[in-house]
Amino acid sequence: MSPAPAILLQGGHVIDPSRDMDGAADVLIQDGKIASVGRGLKAPDGALVRNVKGKVVTPGLVDLHVHLREPGNEDEETVASGARAAAAGGFTAICAMPNTDPVTDNQAAVGFIVRQSGRAALTRVHPIGAVSIGQRGERLAEFGEMVGAGAVAVSDDGKPVASSHLMRTALEYARTFNIPVADHCEDPSLAAGGVMHEGLVSTRLGLKGIPAAAEEIMVARDVLLAELTGGHVHLCHMSARGSVAIIREAKERGIRVTAEVTPHHLTLTDYACEEYDTHAKMNPPLREAADVAALRGALKDGVIDCIASDHAPHAYDEKEAAFDDAPFGVVGLETAFAVAYTELVESGVFTLPELIRRMSTEPARVFRLAGGSLAVGAVADVAVFDTAAKWSVDPTAFHSKSRNTPFAGRALTGRAVLTIVAGAIVHDLDHTGTR
Amino acid sequence: MTPPSPTLGKDLTGLEHMTPEQIRLILDTAEPFKEVSERPIKKVPALRGKTIVNLFFEASTRTRISFEFAEKRLSADTVNVAATGSSVSKGETLVDTARNLEAMRIDMVVIRHPSSGAAEFLGNRIASNVINAGDGKHEHPTQALLDLLTIRDKHGKIEGLKVCLVGDVLHSRVARSNLWGLTKLGAEVAVCGPWTLLPRGIEELGVKVFGRIEEAIEWADVLNVLRLQLERMEKGFIPSVREYYRVFGVTAERLERSPKAITIMHPGPMNRGVEIDSRVADGPHSVILDQVTNGVAVRMAVLYLLAGGRAELADAAKRGAE
Amino acid sequence: MPRPPKAEERTILLDARAMSRALQHMAVEILELAHGTGDLVLIGIQRRGVELAERIAKLLEKEKGAEIPRGALDITLYRDDLGTVGPNPVIGETHIPGDLTDKHAVIVDDVLYTGRTVRAALDELADFGRPKRISLCVLVDRGGRELPIQADVVGTSVKTGPGERVEVQVEELDGRDQVDVIR
Repeated sequence: MSPAPAILLQGGHVIDPSRDMDGAADVLIQDGKIASVGRGLKAPDGALVRNVKGKVVTPGLVDLHVHLREPGNEDEETVASGARAAAAGGFTAICAMPNTDPVTDNQAAVGFIVRQSGRAALTRVHPIGAVSIGQRGERLAEFGEMVGAGAVAVSDDGKPVASSHLMRTALEYARTFNIPVADHCEDPSLAAGGVMHEGLVSTRLGLKGIPAAAEEIMVARDVLLAELTGGHVHLCHMSARGSVAIIREAKERGIRVTAEVTPHHLTLTDYACEEYDTHAKMNPPLREAADVAALRGALKDGVIDCIASDHAPHAYDEKEAAFDDAPFGVVGLETAFAVAYTELVESGVFTLPELIRRMSTEPARVFRLAGGSLAVGAVADVAVFDTAAKWSVDPTAFHSKSRNTPFAGRALTGRAVLTIVAGAIVHDLDHTGTR
Repeated sequence: MTPPSPTLGKDLTGLEHMTPEQIRLILDTAEPFKEVSERPIKKVPALRGKTIVNLFFEASTRTRISFEFAEKRLSADTVNVAATGSSVSKGETLVDTARNLEAMRIDMVVIRHPSSGAAEFLGNRIASNVINAGDGKHEHPTQALLDLLTIRDKHGKIEGLKVCLVGDVLHSRVARSNLWGLTKLGAEVAVCGPWTLLPRGIEELGVKVFGRIEEAIEWADVLNVLRLQLERMEKGFIPSVREYYRVFGVTAERLERSPKAITIMHPGPMNRGVEIDSRVADGPHSVILDQVTNGVAVRMAVLYLLAGGRAELADAAKRGAE
Repeated sequence: MPRPPKAEERTILLDARAMSRALQHMAVEILELAHGTGDLVLIGIQRRGVELAERIAKLLEKEKGAEIPRGALDITLYRDDLGTVGPNPVIGETHIPGDLTDKHAVIVDDVLYTGRTVRAALDELADFGRPKRISLCVLVDRGGRELPIQADVVGTSVKTGPGERVEVQVEELDGRDQVDVIR
């Protein structure tokens, strides 16, 4: 197989948080790596030259928390369709949670995801292995075998690791392989039966609520267990201001905790559930304005390390149900950057380099993945964004197989126009037809 | 299909978003319907030829019968569908049911469902009028309307009255609907019960909260006593039914301590000796049976108003067929 | 651009004195019709028929010395145009004094026009029992019948077209007694 041709991205504005770079420069990609970054670069023979004047060139985005429904629910999403959706969103690497059917809890299952990712040859899909066999919360899965097959972390996401003893042993055991244990922080008995945030809105709608304390209790527990074991705990999809306070204090004490937050938790509140809109139903639920403010502040000062989409595809007819009965979750790969850019950068809360850091450099660092950098010799995972592009979210145009988004019809700014993985173009907006 | 009534809209899903004028219209319209139930022939042809389906996903005898009488006394054709869904199939059953009803060209649907929001969900998907007979813990508008009518009959007004809802407010759609109706018509509203059974944020809705029944009795003109479901004990909200009665029961002894004659209401069915004493339920200040009578009249009024005519012919009505 | 509405032309058909005279001879005719008042019941149709029935009943009572039972009938729920009429027609009070079986019920209304109101009243009365006899007494017969219905006692007749209105005002509700024809 002949190698991909060299690519010269000419005339763009480069933002590389790994080297605090924020200025005009060309980027030359050769042999799947960053060959050179600087002004006035010349294209070698046979190179593809792309004029990216007026656009922003960044390390490809990295999403640590994505649900691809393969194996088991391929009608909702597959590794390939998810990778395509990710590429359209400017992501060059995503991590796939193991709550598939059957659960990805062994070497063969992990290897399957890796092979599917290779076949798709789009955005890299890194498997996350389960913490426990079948995610049943009883016995540890074989972390070593799974890591050997390509797993980058372990998680029972979808569910919490309810048993503190199991979480402790998982954290200790994971140290051997230097991988994080990613926990979905939810106290099961407090949250049981809840479908949205417990507060004034849930009272008015007559829906059972999940109190913020359900998350905060598990955040506190996980942080203390990380302290006890010296392991690395990664807290998934934070939603509550109380959680932020606990993480801040833990980091100050040097505990190995990292955390992520979704674009929807940075933008929406429980008022989105009014009129029983099931596209606002997810777990953890959307909470109050004060929580949104706290999460933004935490992301800005690094108490929360990165943004992750928690992309959760569902078939359309499953969401077309009474609120109690609809499944939790929304898709997010194709809207994550635009939502974050529109709501955080355009509004002045974040600068663009801060955002890129939180969506690329930091997530790569947290899971110890390659990527998140445009340093010479780094792997050529690059994204090019048009930050002036104005578009309206049309779920029917998604590359994802699923359409369940809370942002349908929303006017957003910012779009990935070119995505490159290992030096090969995997998404090219100009050449994929009308939008 | 019946055209939407311009004053009430197509559906009656709850009182939260209704105006005081709309609520008063229903109460005023219910008055003449009380008289219909006193006639030897308890029937008027107003809804003749209309098909109404009573779609009950939760078992209910009294509400369903009350609606059925209301429908039949208006000469409508009624069909009862008792659909008990398992928790897995509940969602799909509702969507498919909506489509089937639409395909059969039903005029009106009365729905009771265990999920909050189910009535609105159905109303958004079919052209028929949809009447909420209780959706999850969200609202039970016709119950609150008959409660308001009963209070108005007894006290001559609603504005300025002190009404306390007693018991399991957290799980009660009757409480929520009453809260909206009473506040919109100018009453002062309070809730009273164990803290485990009071919803978060209720004070922000302009409602007083009493932690003890004695305080509620001292304050109230009207007590609306809610039914305590036995499963609340099983789920740990209260330690025992016996303790609930000892601490929160509306008993004759407690009521005697108030100088006021407090009107006693209960949506039924009653747990005698749990939330309310027999002596109180059967006592001189109890209007519980009036609530039942008014229930049929209120439901007739709702059906009549929702099935009503088109605005642009209002003048023709004034000139009238003479 | 729509033209401004034509100015209404009001003609007084009956003033207060004429109306009073009309009611008096209507009472006399009812007596002749009824062969005595023993089983007479006057039922006024909401709205103004009720006030007229009350007045006629008082006239009869003065004449005969015996009490004449009267009632009110609201026919809204029996209208044959309920699905197409304006929103929420207000339903007035219906009150029937006792059982109508073996009674002579006299329906009293202010204006007789298409006859549909009377048809509705007949249907409704049937739900209250089986009167021995039902008669119809109206203050104004304006013609324009759409059903085979006739009044037994008429205060006054006037020929009108479909674009015209006959408006009856009574002291008790409107502050004065007057019947106007509006063209």
